[in-house]
Amino acid sequence: MKIKDTVHFQWYKSFFIVFIILVCFLASATLTEASFYEVFENLDQAVAFLEELSRPDFSYLPKLVDPMIKTLKMSALGSLIGVIFAIPVSFLATTVVTKNVIITQLFRLILNIVRTIPNLLLAALLVAILGIGDATGVVTIAIFTFGMVSQLIYETIETIDMAPIEAAESIGANKLQIAVWSVWPQVMLNVLSYFFYAFEINVRASVVLGYVGAGGIGVTLSNALGLFKYDRASLIIITIFIVVLIIDSLSEAIRRRIE
Amino acid sequence: MKSKSILTNKLVISLLFIFLVWFCAYDIDWSKLAAFSWSGFGQTLAQLMKPDFTIFYDGSGEDILSLMVITVGIAFVGTTIGTILCIPFVLFASKNLWKGNTIIPAIGKFVLDILRAFPELVYAIIFIKVVGPGPFAGALAIGVHQIGMLGKLFTEEMELMDDVPVEACHAVGANGIQTMFYARIPQLLPIYASLVLNHFEIGVRSASTLGLVGAGGIGAVLVFAIQARRWGRVSMILLTVIATVFLLDVLTGIIRKKLR
Amino acid sequence: MIIFDHVSKTYDNGVKGLIDVNLTINDGEFISIIGLSGAGKSTLLRAINRLNEITEGEIVIDGKSITKANKKELRTIRRSIGLISQQFNLVKRSTVQKNVLSGRLGYYSTFKSVFGIFSKEDYELCNQVLEKVGLSNKLHERCDNLSGGQQQRVSIARTLFQQANIILADEPVSSLDPVTSQEIMEELRNINETMNKTVIVNIHSVELAKQFSTRIIALQDGKLVFDGAPDLLTNDVLTMIYKGDSFLKGSEK
Repeated sequence: MKIKDTVHFQWYKSFFIVFIILVCFLASATLTEASFYEVFENLDQAVAFLEELSRPDFSYLPKLVDPMIKTLKMSALGSLIGVIFAIPVSFLATTVVTKNVIITQLFRLILNIVRTIPNLLLAALLVAILGIGDATGVVTIAIFTFGMVSQLIYETIETIDMAPIEAAESIGANKLQIAVWSVWPQVMLNVLSYFFYAFEINVRASVVLGYVGAGGIGVTLSNALGLFKYDRASLIIITIFIVVLIIDSLSEAIRRRIE
Repeated sequence: MKSKSILTNKLVISLLFIFLVWFCAYDIDWSKLAAFSWSGFGQTLAQLMKPDFTIFYDGSGEDILSLMVITVGIAFVGTTIGTILCIPFVLFASKNLWKGNTIIPAIGKFVLDILRAFPELVYAIIFIKVVGPGPFAGALAIGVHQIGMLGKLFTEEMELMDDVPVEACHAVGANGIQTMFYARIPQLLPIYASLVLNHFEIGVRSASTLGLVGAGGIGAVLVFAIQARRWGRVSMILLTVIATVFLLDVLTGIIRKKLR
Repeated sequence: MIIFDHVSKTYDNGVKGLIDVNLTINDGEFISIIGLSGAGKSTLLRAINRLNEITEGEIVIDGKSITKANKKELRTIRRSIGLISQQFNLVKRSTVQKNVLSGRLGYYSTFKSVFGIFSKEDYELCNQVLEKVGLSNKLHERCDNLSGGQQQRVSIARTLFQQANIILADEPVSSLDPVTSQEIMEELRNINETMNKTVIVNIHSVELAKQFSTRIIALQDGKLVFDGAPDLLTNDVLTMIYKGDSFLKGSEK
């Protein structure tokens, strides 16, 4: 019985993959000074921390209402601005409308770059340029949404029904007219759905944005953590969790209705 | 008659929309933006355009290249931890593995929801207390967060899976574990691998921000550079992060295509 | 021998799948089950290896009750029953060999099967059955690279490899073209005749049923309404079974 006749005939392939992963893991573990022993040894620290977190200070709740509403407002506004800018740019990022490969690829490259910047780094950068405050948060969310939603929209445009576009072309419509009268009606509902999707993600992200001074409930959280008020921090996290859950289900319901 | 009612409808919706936007915008402090000057921004931009290449590599181990490599390492260790540890949660949370029992999967899904609810930054703060500041805390933070992320996606795929081969295995008298290895894993492995690669990439992005709280990686240097307004450094670091994420995106894209 | 003793099946939502079915199937028969969609053909077939639980009565296979079997006994009984289904029930991403070998999982310990340790005899048997269905050159081919007919042959090879005495085929040709359907049915008859295996087929095509089987069973709303040789299946009987569907009258003339 030769090994090439068995189910293990490609054993070297699996062996190779496992070997590569193992080498990468060992290298990364060394680099990051990983010591799993330490985790178990100091687990009581984490337990103590979690214990403090598990006793939320509910009396602090009234003081959270304002920053939470502010966060929602910032996310909504940022998402809206981002989507409004995303619409024309995503039209330019498809050959369906531009009929020009170079312009399309150029815009896609820009969008790709915008998307690679983690939103926290973007926030830190904008805080340095614009200063600390809610407005900076809105701008960050807008840029982040812009990158994310543009891609979603141009991918949608590429799947639309081409017949109305050809019909418009045949009667001599220009590119702007085609975009407004043939393409936009087909993607309008998707764009609305993406707005809610972005809003949902942005509320989640707003937790960390405050950490670098970009406003919202994140500032309250980072203050609580900085002052070692874990009972408050825990309440903030729970509040955000519940709000995100509510928004999740709301936006899912709305998106389902739209589709 | 009818067109009139549509017109009023549109008017009402527009007014409502404008009111909502105003409601969101009125109490946000825009004065910072008003103080924004284009000439100042132009100067910043000009400095950003001149990345400081000298800090990219100097062999000290504190240079941008070494820190970026560590950042990727953090993401790798974190994703590996997340992938391995999420498996038991997936086995608990998948409905189709618990015939008739709805409580256990519901509990499993709830635990995954909670794990996902905490941002990585909070996990990083917890783990800094456990293992001290450094890249390993970041790796653990990403790992625990990814248990929630990957766990959810893995569970969804498990529940969506084609059940016909599973039935075929049961029909020849195979037990649960054998069915797992002969019908479920062969179907799921490529999908799971693709998800893991995708989350490795997401992990790299997260890892580059965790330095903010002292959990290692390139984030700390970036924040120092931003605070000191050394834009040449800032752009060098951002350039490195963007290039790395872009490269990994291409690389994982190639591997993902091969998996199909 | 398979004996159905007053078998009924009521689904959780109150729908009756089978109503008081009494049936004796002898070794070496080639049986076709016909009837409208939803008449209970699949329910009947899948009750034999207990992929569907019945709610009343008992099914006895070669003297052992599968209805009352515990987990371990069920595994043992299932080892001798092969299943072929419309969707080819293969793992599309696995190789032909692995799919065939999975037919004998019931004989292997969990440990051995997890590491893919199969005996030399089984590897040889696997080659033999693949040769029998004409696929010996596809051993390491992935199933999603095969045509529908070839995939169904792999399914058949698996039941042969399983050395099952009974082969259940749940609409084996419904997603195949007429020529391939004919070939697959011939393959099944060949196995039935040369290896004396009991073959029970669910089928939509009355013509194929008449052409290949030694006995035809018809179901209507969960009840057994016809049981006899193919030549007894006259147009009047068919009209009764298919509730007077006109298309059949036309095609039979």
